[in-house]
Amino acid sequence: MLLITCPHCGPRDEVEFRYGGQAGVASPADPEALDDATWARYVFFRDNPKGPFAERWVHAAGCRRWFDAVRDTVTNQFLDPEPRR
Amino acid sequence: MSGTRAPSDGRIDRNRPLSFTFDGRAMTGFAGDTLASALMANGVDVIGRGIYTGRPRGIVAAGVEEPNAIVQVERADGVSEPSLRATTVELEEGLRVQSLAGRGRLESPGDAVDAGRFDARYAHCDVLVVGGGPAGLAAALAAGRSGARTILVDADTELGGTLLGTRDELDREPALDWVRAAAGELAALPETTILLRATAIAYHDHQDILVAERRPDARTEGRLWHIRAGQVVLATGAHERLIVFADNDRPGIMLASAALTYLHRYGVVPGQRAVIYTTNDSTRTAAAELTEAGIEIVDVVDSRDGRAVSGSEGGDRLEAVVVDGERRGCDLLLVSGGWNPVVHLFSQSRGSLRWDDGLATYLPERAVQATHVAGSANGVFDLDGCLREGAAVGARAAAEAGFGDGRPPVMPAADGGTAIGRVAPIWFVPAPEGETAEARMFVDLERDATVADIRRATGAGLASIEHIKRYTTIGTAGDQGKTSGVVASAVAAALLGQEPGALGVPTFRAPYVPISFAFIAGRDRGALSDPIRTTSIQPWHVAHGAVFEDVGQWKRPRFFPRAGESMDAAVLRECAAARTSVGVMDASTLGKIDLQGPDAGDFLDRVYTNGFAKLKVGSCRYGVMCRVDGMVFDDGVTSRLADDRFHMTTTTGNAAPVLDHLEEWLQTEWPELRVRATSVTEQWATVAVVGPRSRDVLAVLAPELDVSADGFPFMTWRESVVAGLPARVFRISFSGELAYEINVSTWHGLAMWEEVMAAGERFGITPYGTEAMHVLRAEKGYPIIGQETDGTVTPQDLGMEWVVSKTKPFIGSRSHRRAENRRPDRKQLVALLPLNPDALIPEGNQLVAAGTDLGSRPVPMIGHVTSSYRSAFLGRTFALALVRGGRERHGEAIVAPLADGTTIEAWITDPVVVDPDNARRDG
Amino acid sequence: MAELRRSPLEGVALGDGFREVPFLSQIDLRLNPADEGARGAVESVVGPLPLVPNTVHGGHDAAILWLGPDEWLVVGPPGSAADLERQLRDTIAAATDAGPVAIVDVSANRTTLELDHPDARAILAGGCSIDLHPRAFGPGRCAQTLVARAGVILWQLDDAPTYRLLVRPSFAAYLAEWLTDAIPD
Ligand SMILES: [Zn+2]
Repeated sequence: MLLITCPHCGPRDEVEFRYGGQAGVASPADPEALDDATWARYVFFRDNPKGPFAERWVHAAGCRRWFDAVRDTVTNQFLDPEPRR
Repeated sequence: MSGTRAPSDGRIDRNRPLSFTFDGRAMTGFAGDTLASALMANGVDVIGRGIYTGRPRGIVAAGVEEPNAIVQVERADGVSEPSLRATTVELEEGLRVQSLAGRGRLESPGDAVDAGRFDARYAHCDVLVVGGGPAGLAAALAAGRSGARTILVDADTELGGTLLGTRDELDREPALDWVRAAAGELAALPETTILLRATAIAYHDHQDILVAERRPDARTEGRLWHIRAGQVVLATGAHERLIVFADNDRPGIMLASAALTYLHRYGVVPGQRAVIYTTNDSTRTAAAELTEAGIEIVDVVDSRDGRAVSGSEGGDRLEAVVVDGERRGCDLLLVSGGWNPVVHLFSQSRGSLRWDDGLATYLPERAVQATHVAGSANGVFDLDGCLREGAAVGARAAAEAGFGDGRPPVMPAADGGTAIGRVAPIWFVPAPEGETAEARMFVDLERDATVADIRRATGAGLASIEHIKRYTTIGTAGDQGKTSGVVASAVAAALLGQEPGALGVPTFRAPYVPISFAFIAGRDRGALSDPIRTTSIQPWHVAHGAVFEDVGQWKRPRFFPRAGESMDAAVLRECAAARTSVGVMDASTLGKIDLQGPDAGDFLDRVYTNGFAKLKVGSCRYGVMCRVDGMVFDDGVTSRLADDRFHMTTTTGNAAPVLDHLEEWLQTEWPELRVRATSVTEQWATVAVVGPRSRDVLAVLAPELDVSADGFPFMTWRESVVAGLPARVFRISFSGELAYEINVSTWHGLAMWEEVMAAGERFGITPYGTEAMHVLRAEKGYPIIGQETDGTVTPQDLGMEWVVSKTKPFIGSRSHRRAENRRPDRKQLVALLPLNPDALIPEGNQLVAAGTDLGSRPVPMIGHVTSSYRSAFLGRTFALALVRGGRERHGEAIVAPLADGTTIEAWITDPVVVDPDNARRDG
Repeated sequence: MAELRRSPLEGVALGDGFREVPFLSQIDLRLNPADEGARGAVESVVGPLPLVPNTVHGGHDAAILWLGPDEWLVVGPPGSAADLERQLRDTIAAATDAGPVAIVDVSANRTTLELDHPDARAILAGGCSIDLHPRAFGPGRCAQTLVARAGVILWQLDDAPTYRLLVRPSFAAYLAEWLTDAIPD
């Protein structure tokens, strides 16, 4: 069971959280300007690195805040979490 | 000769005899015995048999690493547990023990359900010390004295570890005196907890350690601890290993340290004439200790002198060994092939291992978590060194957790100790007759696997230890290769012409020792296995004989049968009531979200496919939500309570996911929008009154409310007093009939339901369940999220272009314009009317075009059935289905080939099969 | 008129040391704490909002629980929610410098179980993964978390320790049974 640090509530068990995938994937400002392939790349494609990975979590069973965290996918160790805003 | 009880000695209580049976034979042991020591004292040689070879097997070890002595144990209370290691079972009065020959069987002899009570406990500490031997005790003392919250766990019944089976001294006093003093000091520390009979079975990410604690004298049989530790000290000791030679599996051949433990701790003399076969210094005093107990030492064979044992003779008990080609009569062979530090937990924690040539084994190399290793688990085998390292590591762990200055406390001095020196390993002893003997050279006794098996694996081209493990099954038994893993790796390396440490060892898996499913389940069984969620109206449903169905964790009434009525008959009756008079349904489980803020309308425009910003206060609108991929995510009715306030409803199953979805977009994409979303799902109970007479019922209950069609039009809501209770009444319909959803505080849900039932009595009001609700909505072609949709269906596929705005962007709008989502041959929602109006197509059934050759492979499938019912209104069966290009196929025939080989032919029609003109909704 | 309210645990047998505290008034407040106008208006009605995560202002009879960086739960005696909601709305409407505040009456959205049991901490630790040791969690602390498989707002009232668990009505019977079934040491 991972121990995930909510930037507000502090460390809590993984079951209190829901995973939100890769962080920092910007929504295209004008989706209509994109061709299908580019749009599909935004919708369906995400990085899957071996090593540090910035990802999003929501403290679903706690304060319901979304936040970003950097996790090493090899060791599952977290680096400093950053509140989204 | 077999084992006997020594006249004195040992830590058993000779004043407390305990009787038990083994394979029906009555025996006696003492309090403090393990089952293994008691069996040995009773002269039992053969406890198990090789699972493939059937060869007799005896006790090899004195702890969890035992590969042979596996038994089924039935306790006095009739509960029986299979596959227990006799070396880890505490003897108790009345045990009925059976040996297990061959493969296990599922049912226990008594066939009693394990009624044992297990529970769980979460714990947090600054320092967790695993292992209460000398190193662990020293670490716990250092950490505990610092004030750190310290937990010390040990699998045994008392602290001391290996000291319980030796005669070591500290400061010229028996080492066990120091153990007693240390245990007393630890017990007195307010923030230190000692758990005995507690085995750390798993070391997961983020310092999450699972500890299985047996609790024979408590109200639970066992407790599974989830310990989140700031720092972990592993003082898990080491397992001695066997030496592989021909016929090395005979009863009477055992680990040297185990024999001494049986002698000193349990007062059992394991044999009469002994040969010692060693590779290291740990057996240095063994001969003297055995002699003192009256055992004759026939020979001491030391690999460092170039000597070897190459074979054995005997039947159910060892009679002789072959030493350097010469036969030596003996009934006991003590073997020390070297020592394997118990690195299982360290390895589970992702720590890396390294091969050590001097000790001929794997040692912890680099920790990934806050993990410290001390004592023989770290390759330190002398008592002095274990104490010093334990104290140093305990103090360091505490300091890293923020307690103490990191300086280790002073430890007593050991006299001598049991350093093992340099190990001269011998991985397997060649037999004079050559390779044919390798089928009798046992590497993994529990798996009955031999050098021959490893040679077959390497001969087949396998060079990875993970592959060799799976090919030979070595290390996959209940003991997980505790005594055999390193040996197997070295034997394989030798056969491949490589150095002993070249292959590594297979990944160590949790749990470290087997535990029962009952232990894992704890109290999460029976009624507590998962929450059963019920609404405020549940007492009425139960009292009136509802048959329930599970909808997620909810129990919802599926139908309300009358005496002797079938489900089909009940559902037809319930549907008919809703279409001809009035029905009532508990809709409280619908998700409800309160949205407030000046930008709430704009926000809804973005999350729904249709527009909400211009919705009038007092009005309601049906909406569909998609995800970014354009696929339908949820639907429901949202009503405007005020300029800056909406009441959203979601499907029952998506109440939480929709709220998460809204928060995700508000927090991460549109933080500028001033909107707050709050779940009010359980604030409100919802009573849906449905049918042409529903207006009459509401009129009785709310005399002050104008319920006329013009005064309270479709898709509006009113705040009102209903049956004397404050309520919000929504005129919305999931059946196509005139209908009202009355929302009151959950506290008032039951009262409101009873009032509705009373007011509707004169109209024959009929409670209905989810099944009738499904039929009624399907007749109108209304999809159910998760039934008609599965994450691959767009609103357009459902024929709902009318709910998709073409003028505003919303989540998923760009995806709707992808060419892939506009293909005319996408699966589209249709209704099916079977030619035989009595034929019911099974839900989930695949569909093929009429005239398809069902013998062709693959059968070209063009769709599948999502819902299928009997319609009281139509007097026939019908179904909803997703069919390729279905909208262009209205009027065509289609075929459902059933699993039994028959087919049902049906016409494809528009999905709305009842009241396509919506003439019924005003009553 | 007869009592038409029915609490979620009415008629449910609870073990010693547990009781339902039904019908407490609960108002969910959402506002940006940096919005001084809004916060000032709200605080003029309910008193200072706890800004430290997972802390509580007040006690048994009236309290404000931190639920999130922009969310609080105001708990009061039964029957006080409607007045409080009206008072809050009026005050905020009158405050010209107040940004938006979301106010939702959630009194029936959760019921309250009170644990006044000598083994309360150990019983909770049987299914709650947060650290309840006095060094980590004491009186005046709250947490939204899981106890067994039920989401709760856990709130420690005093040093006894007495705890309150605010739980959704649909989970209340499960949670009550789980607590009653717990095996103290
Ligand atoms: Zn949080």
